[in-house]
Amino acid sequence: MVANQMSTTLASDVQVLAAESALGSPIGGRRRIWRHQALTVGGGLLLVIVLMAIFAPVLSPHDPYAQDLLHRTVPPFWSDQGSWLHPLGTDPLGRDYLSRVLYGARISLLIGISVALISGLIGTTMGMLAGYVGGKTDMLVTFLVTTRLSMPVILIALATVATIGGSLWVVIIVLGLLKWDRFAVVMRSATQQVRALDYVAAAQAAGASTRRILLGEVLPNVMPHLIVVATLEAASAILLEAALSFLGLGVQPPLPSWGLMISEAKAYMFFSFWLIAIPGIALALLIFSINLAGDGLHDLLAPEGRTGT
Amino acid sequence: MFAFVVKRLGLAVLVALAVSMIAFLLLRLSGDPAVALAGEGARQADIELIRHTYGFDRPLVVQYAEWLWKTLRGELGNSVYFKTEVGPLIFSKLPTTLLLGFSALLFALLISIPLGVLAAIYKNSWIDRLCLTTAVVGQALPNFFFALLLIMVFSIWLRVLPVSGSGTWLHFVMPTVALGYYVAPAFMRLTRAGMIEVLEADYIRTARAKGLPPSRVIFKHALRNAVVPVVALSAVQLGFLLGGSVVIETIFALDGLGYLAYQSITFKDYPVMQVIVLLLSVIYVLLTLASDVANAWLDPRIRVA
Repeated sequence: MVANQMSTTLASDVQVLAAESALGSPIGGRRRIWRHQALTVGGGLLLVIVLMAIFAPVLSPHDPYAQDLLHRTVPPFWSDQGSWLHPLGTDPLGRDYLSRVLYGARISLLIGISVALISGLIGTTMGMLAGYVGGKTDMLVTFLVTTRLSMPVILIALATVATIGGSLWVVIIVLGLLKWDRFAVVMRSATQQVRALDYVAAAQAAGASTRRILLGEVLPNVMPHLIVVATLEAASAILLEAALSFLGLGVQPPLPSWGLMISEAKAYMFFSFWLIAIPGIALALLIFSINLAGDGLHDLLAPEGRTGT
Repeated sequence: MFAFVVKRLGLAVLVALAVSMIAFLLLRLSGDPAVALAGEGARQADIELIRHTYGFDRPLVVQYAEWLWKTLRGELGNSVYFKTEVGPLIFSKLPTTLLLGFSALLFALLISIPLGVLAAIYKNSWIDRLCLTTAVVGQALPNFFFALLLIMVFSIWLRVLPVSGSGTWLHFVMPTVALGYYVAPAFMRLTRAGMIEVLEADYIRTARAKGLPPSRVIFKHALRNAVVPVVALSAVQLGFLLGGSVVIETIFALDGLGYLAYQSITFKDYPVMQVIVLLLSVIYVLLTLASDVANAWLDPRIRVA
């Protein structure tokens, strides 16, 4: 286990993070097939959502921002009062729900990708330096991670967004600056494992610089771990944005964020339950597909997993 | 063991100090506190007076040191919105949140440990796959959406549970489930992985060879060892649950620290916000400290390494 190799002063939460994301548990033949299925189903579903987001302008039957006060809260097509003019109905301002859900996928995906990129850059740099250089650098990074973990993300994000003012980019930057902990922890232990290997020693003997070794030798070999953590973090960022927007302190109206749509429809949910069910299910499907794909990648990418050590 | 505890305690104090610095800066990030205190339409001279009276014109380091000193002595100042002292206000809400946190943790453990054991015993079978799929689906449901679903089913359609408030134990049922289900998958995976590892150990084979009934081998010999990492994770997850209570308490209008945090954030009540951030962080630091010391005590390898 990765956790056992870590230093004594490492807090248990850091070890748990590392153990949760550790690659290479023994996998039997049948299990590998299941992993392939997970990757296929999760990846396929994710691809469909990404395509829907990209082609939202083509697929949307209406302008997602256009209000039509004469056709407010029209139910979806499966209801008796529903019509195919608005397949998923309209919201309390008469905006076409299908168009809003399609455009909402863009916001969620943008959040997931951008936050994973920002926090991934910060966390990977910290983790690789800590794992490769060791010593004082390692102690400093471990201390920063422990400090970051002891602060409740949602509370800090809420407070910061409330002070600066909510907007899509504020949410992305705040979450990006908060969510590097798992990247740092996993990259640190992955780098420690790679550091001791022959090809790193060979590069050192050849006189390569630390930067060159980290980027040229270490990074490609810890990439599987990085990709898996990035999927987990993207999913978690999307959920956090939805929660922030649901509480009114994230993405601001009239943007069609799924969390915000649920928040706006909350008052109507007793009579028009589909108003919260549709964006809620969209959100759950997206997270489900990312997690499933990440789970499949988790074992598929790990070289240890293939040999079963 | 003593050296380990001292070292770990030192780290905890340093982390708590760093957190207090961030909590302090969070308030200052909000802009000029003198302008905020003076209120809208205040004259420049009044703002200057307030700035000087409260000492906002001094270096930030001095202000931080003073704030920390006062906080340590329990002088937490006054709430801007609630117009009462911050200390009593926060400590009157803390029990509700602690109760919610512990019951959510208990709920998560009660569903995840049996499922984890089941998945490990029938490794790679359809039971295992069903458990893992449930976990993936569970983690995909946003907790605020799940909370609204619970309200729809149990308050509106079945009419068995109250929608909001914190009067009776019935008010805690839905918040507990909505908060607890989200951490259950992590416990389940950990129990499953631990059980699989333990079930392959020599002493389990010995116990089986002796002819002990399978239930005894599983519960008495295996689960006991497999559950140790779950205990460590519990302390960590309790910290996450206390943070997550902001969303859940707000939805159910449960009168705890999370709801107070949400209110203080929306009303820009920075003194309250600051202390809640600090308090939740310190609780988390103490929980991980306790969990690490307990682990080192249970497993000598950790102390010596």
